[in-house]
Amino acid sequence: MNFKLNKIIPQLATLLSVILVFGFLTYNAQVNMDNRGIEFGFGFLTQESSFDVQFSLIDYDGSHSYARAYLVGLLNTLLVAFIGIILSTILGVIVGIARLSPNYLIERTAAWYVEFFRNIPLLLQIFFWYFAALRALPLPQDTEPMFGVFFLTIKGLFVPRFVWENLDIFFYSIIATIISIIVIRNYARKLQENEGKQLPVFYISIGLFVILPLLTFLVGGVSLNFSIPELEQMSNTSFKYKGGLGIPPELIALTLALGLYTATFIAECVRAGIQGISKGQKEAAASIGLTPRQILKLVVMPQALRIIIPPTTNQYLNLTKNSSLAAAIAYPDLVLIFAGTALMQTGRAIEIVSITMLTYLSISLSISVLMNWYNKKIAIKEK
Amino acid sequence: MNKLNFLRPDIENLNTYLYSGIFLISIAILDVSLSSFFNTNITSFLPNFISFLLPLILGTIGLHFIRIEFSGIKKLDLLNKNINTNTFNAVLTLLIIFAIIKSIPPFLSWFIIDATISGDTKEACTGTGACWTYIKIWLNRFIYGMYPNELQWRINLSFIALIGLAFVGLIPSEKIKKFLTLYYVVIYPIIAFVLIYYLISGGAFGLEWVETGAWGGLSLTFIVSFFCLIFCFPVGMFLALGRRSDLPTVRYISVGFIEFWRGVPLITVLFMSSVMFPMFLPEDFFMDKLVRVIIAISLFEAAYVAEVIRGGLQALPRGQYDAAKSLGMGYWKMHIFVILPQALKLVIPGIANTFLALVKDTPLIFVVGLLEIVGMLNLAKTNPKWLGYAMEGYVFAAIIFWIICYAMSKYSYNLEIKYKTDR
Repeated sequence: MNFKLNKIIPQLATLLSVILVFGFLTYNAQVNMDNRGIEFGFGFLTQESSFDVQFSLIDYDGSHSYARAYLVGLLNTLLVAFIGIILSTILGVIVGIARLSPNYLIERTAAWYVEFFRNIPLLLQIFFWYFAALRALPLPQDTEPMFGVFFLTIKGLFVPRFVWENLDIFFYSIIATIISIIVIRNYARKLQENEGKQLPVFYISIGLFVILPLLTFLVGGVSLNFSIPELEQMSNTSFKYKGGLGIPPELIALTLALGLYTATFIAECVRAGIQGISKGQKEAAASIGLTPRQILKLVVMPQALRIIIPPTTNQYLNLTKNSSLAAAIAYPDLVLIFAGTALMQTGRAIEIVSITMLTYLSISLSISVLMNWYNKKIAIKEK
Repeated sequence: MNKLNFLRPDIENLNTYLYSGIFLISIAILDVSLSSFFNTNITSFLPNFISFLLPLILGTIGLHFIRIEFSGIKKLDLLNKNINTNTFNAVLTLLIIFAIIKSIPPFLSWFIIDATISGDTKEACTGTGACWTYIKIWLNRFIYGMYPNELQWRINLSFIALIGLAFVGLIPSEKIKKFLTLYYVVIYPIIAFVLIYYLISGGAFGLEWVETGAWGGLSLTFIVSFFCLIFCFPVGMFLALGRRSDLPTVRYISVGFIEFWRGVPLITVLFMSSVMFPMFLPEDFFMDKLVRVIIAISLFEAAYVAEVIRGGLQALPRGQYDAAKSLGMGYWKMHIFVILPQALKLVIPGIANTFLALVKDTPLIFVVGLLEIVGMLNLAKTNPKWLGYAMEGYVFAAIIFWIICYAMSKYSYNLEIKYKTDR
């Protein structure tokens, strides 16, 4: 009896206090909203937003609804996260491996890169790139093109845009390539297991990857043109690029800062992962006659990835959450468009802040669920 | 004399290879240094492209020559082992050396040689380098924000007092040592709060009231980080214990709380504290912006601290719990005297990382209109009298933050060594 009471009383107390706090807060919110004549609800999402966004991946202008504005912001956030993840992964893996290099200079350079970039606040780095480094770039009319087609100006980076014809055929050919590569890999594995023969799978895959899409150009009627940006004079002092694809400086500054900052953390994850493999593993693999490349591919990497992937996914999540700093340099991401402009216009603080938080929360939670599943799958099954 | 084979340097002709190798490397470095420091190109008679690549080619050949195993010369062997193991490494080594040589002159000239620090106005900055005059004039604002000049002694005094009080732990008296934990966890924060409240904020004892909107700069960075640091630690500890608890209700509430704060970006939390939170307070109740921000950041970081501490709790072997229980200790006694001291020792690096993240997150409070050092920089940058010195400001702030964070990480490393107990 006494034993049970010991367990029930603290639980009841916690539950009661949580309920009390929540009840108190909702009661206050109710009173406050009644006083101001606001009614809780999400009807505003379908109203006309009547504000413009300067950079959007989908068709959007002031006549669209708030829900559409939310979607624009979400897509912009995901775009930054996507580019940042690619950038930080490439850089992080290189720096992480460099930190293990036997070359003293390379190891030190990588170590200083990590120490330098991760000890400076991300916001400061974003400001630095946006307000200091990118502002030092020339005006469009003074810009010399790089390789004749890239224009890096104070207004952003202008690159050629792809103009496809029959893109769908090309797309299908890529899918066909991937499927055939998987089939060949399976066949090669079976061949090796049954008869001990080895196929040059890597070269076959590369060949397929080049030949099949190329065929669509020759036979399938796919063609690719480039729309190259050209400078056009609007008036005496104003110049503008026509054609091509314009990448706004906000996006460049943001992805650069996020990539460089997160890469330092990924580099540490990669280093820890590779260092976590005991020397005995490599020696054992070498003693059964595997070549250095096979050791890396079949013994070291599978084990190292087990250590590397979970913390790295965490860093990807951090990067996605950090991309909300975009609001500081007016890149139209979810926070700026929705929790900024839309909130100012509608005044619906509770609804909008909760939607924004829930969005980030669901991204985070879905990735951590995925991660837990992955962890369970790859965990070493012991005894 | 043995036959020379330049593709395969060997120990037989050690001196020949060594001297020709060193000669080639010196030429390569000389070429790069001359072009970097004196802007002259000694290989200008060659075509552009070759002249550009020549030092790299010469250096690679030179390093190839001196790559002789077991040469018997200690320094050479060490050099080969560390920076010259194969051609690829040699090229990378050269590239790094050249990059360093190339970047010294522009760096030095911007930072020191062409920089200006004299004068009081923008007109003094005529050089092509940095304008440190800007930092000099604005330094007071960068440190104290909009705090009235004649009252700044109050900030200085309270900071000095706080630092002094933090060193009480060093007093080597056995009587006091018993109460140190209590002192740091309860008494010190209270003293700190009272000091900050009455000394910096004022409004009592004849001190002039200074509203928090006027606080700013580096001192605000310190105040916010300090309080968040003090508050987030105990909250995080309770959350970690809650998450490990046997009681389902307590556990689920802790898990929900932790996962919620870890899943959202800090900037939205600050948005919440500034626009949404006032709606949840009683009508006539007013809470200062700064207090709201400190609460928000503390709760946010507490979730991260909780996860770190949970890692430490999980790492402890079950035997520790069993041993404590078999001595008849209750839940709290067991945790305070046996479990937590060991678990916290294990997670010093993780906690230090979280605190570092906290300090690096403080600039975000610009969202609610509080201007700590980065915010002050952005304000100064838009001042019409001082346009165009963004770079200097950011470099200045970056140096300050870098020193703080680097010192913190080194300190945590020392702590880790100091408290390391072998099992």
